[in-house]
Amino acid sequence: MSVLVYTESEEGKFKKTALEVASYAKAVADQMGTTVTAITFNANDTSVLGNHGVEKVLQVNNSSLDKFNANAYASVIAQAAKQEGAKVVVISSSADSKYLAPLLAIDLDAGYASNVVEAPSSTSPFTVKRTAFTNKAFNNTTIDTDVKIVGVSKNAFGVHESSASASAEEFSANVPEMGVQVESVDKVTGKVTIADAEIVVSGGRGLKGPENWGMIEELADVLGAATACSKPVSDLGWRPHSEHVGQTGKPVASNLYIAVGISGAIQHLAGINASKTKVVINTDPEAPFFKAADYGIVGDAFEVVPKLIEKLKEFKAQQ
Amino acid sequence: MKILVCISHVPDTTSKINFADGDTKFDTNGVQFVINPNDEFGLTRAMWFKEKQGANVTVVNVGGAETEPTLRKALAIGADSAIRVNTEAKDGFQVAKELAKVVQDGGYDLVIAGRESIDYNGGMVPGMLAGLTNANFVNNCISLEVEGTNAKAVREIDGGKETISTSLPLIIGGQKGLVEESDLRIPNMRGIMMARQKPLQVTEPTGANAETTSVKFEKPAPKGAVKLVDADNVGELVNLLHNEAKVI
Repeated sequence: MSVLVYTESEEGKFKKTALEVASYAKAVADQMGTTVTAITFNANDTSVLGNHGVEKVLQVNNSSLDKFNANAYASVIAQAAKQEGAKVVVISSSADSKYLAPLLAIDLDAGYASNVVEAPSSTSPFTVKRTAFTNKAFNNTTIDTDVKIVGVSKNAFGVHESSASASAEEFSANVPEMGVQVESVDKVTGKVTIADAEIVVSGGRGLKGPENWGMIEELADVLGAATACSKPVSDLGWRPHSEHVGQTGKPVASNLYIAVGISGAIQHLAGINASKTKVVINTDPEAPFFKAADYGIVGDAFEVVPKLIEKLKEFKAQQ
Repeated sequence: MKILVCISHVPDTTSKINFADGDTKFDTNGVQFVINPNDEFGLTRAMWFKEKQGANVTVVNVGGAETEPTLRKALAIGADSAIRVNTEAKDGFQVAKELAKVVQDGGYDLVIAGRESIDYNGGMVPGMLAGLTNANFVNNCISLEVEGTNAKAVREIDGGKETISTSLPLIIGGQKGLVEESDLRIPNMRGIMMARQKPLQVTEPTGANAETTSVKFEKPAPKGAVKLVDADNVGELVNLLHNEAKVI
């Protein structure tokens, strides 16, 4: 009756969120007096999971599962949960995990709580705290079924060390009919994605035009950050829709979010509010973003950003 | 093609979020309700299928009578008919169960729901509905074409997108990109008048149980005031981010 955690990998390597959900699973297992089993798909070296409390790894090695398929992955995870008699299944908030979770919930007759930010406050009744109203509130929810699925918010629980040694074993599961086939994947390579980024640098209409994005990209480069934009910017076609963050765009839960020339419409703030530290650079001191930010500079982005890049380069050189 | 569009009745984005009854319920006092934005993109795409491919479009909501103006708005935008399942929505599973009955009874080829509602943000209903009805499922869908029983969809993934081929019956978790913001329609007077004549059927629930229970709401702790750094002293920001916030 262990806690099962789905640890996501990309090209064989674990994502940071995998270590975070493993850490969360360990906290739940400790509360319930049990151990953590992880399930992985075509991952290479699983020993790192031991550092985050995983004792057993079920390794699925199957080339037909090289590309993510929600139906197939949900089915395989369900088979693992049944084999292990898992009462709690922990997953991340990645696009893929959120895709498969409801299918898994139906397969396991399990209640599912998404966007969970803390370890359960009680395991009987099983009570978790999740975000609601697009980060404007929290909702304490009980999961009332025998088997429970917890979707952990990104960057909320954090990665915790814990020494265990993870023993790996092959898990061969039946792969169901896929239903949907991926024809092609169009993915930016060599650039950090908004979903995985520790730091996000975001530009708004204050930048006046797409030709001025060079400094945003340079600032992001210096920080190892992902670039993002506000909704008007993506609506105007200055930047691709995939960079749009906010309520109807991508959610951001980075450690640092730097908003340049973004006024801070409520829809924008809702989408980025889960970020830990927020910085705003804007000419208008009345811009609503100043109420939501931790640090702010009232000033012209075209003057402030190049100076900031320079100062950051000096800082990085000293490190 | 028969299309069902799931419409969630949610507080307008700019609403003040407050709670009532000892923080156990959302306080609807003074709140204006709208079609969930993610659902509105799907509804607008459904209108395209209606106009270009002769699809028949039904909208559905699980909720009390107070959600009917939102369904009427969807009819005014152009849906052919509406169904309201007359029960309070308790959690994603219960809503998906009620919708599964509607889908099975109506024999819909394509169901379009939003990837999540902007109130509870569960992101569960489309996937659970697919699981319950054994339909194909594409989440975070930003483009959809249907030709006969074949469908081509684009899904937004972390850091990019993927092109998917699948077939009907199909359930979509839709979002912006299915249509653009500028394609959204504001109901005109003729649409509003016609909507009054269109059928809005109220059906009784199957009585599905919820699997989760909302116990209590909380608001985030109030945030401290912003620390302003002088535009001529940008180095101070670097210092604060490193030594105080410890994020660089």
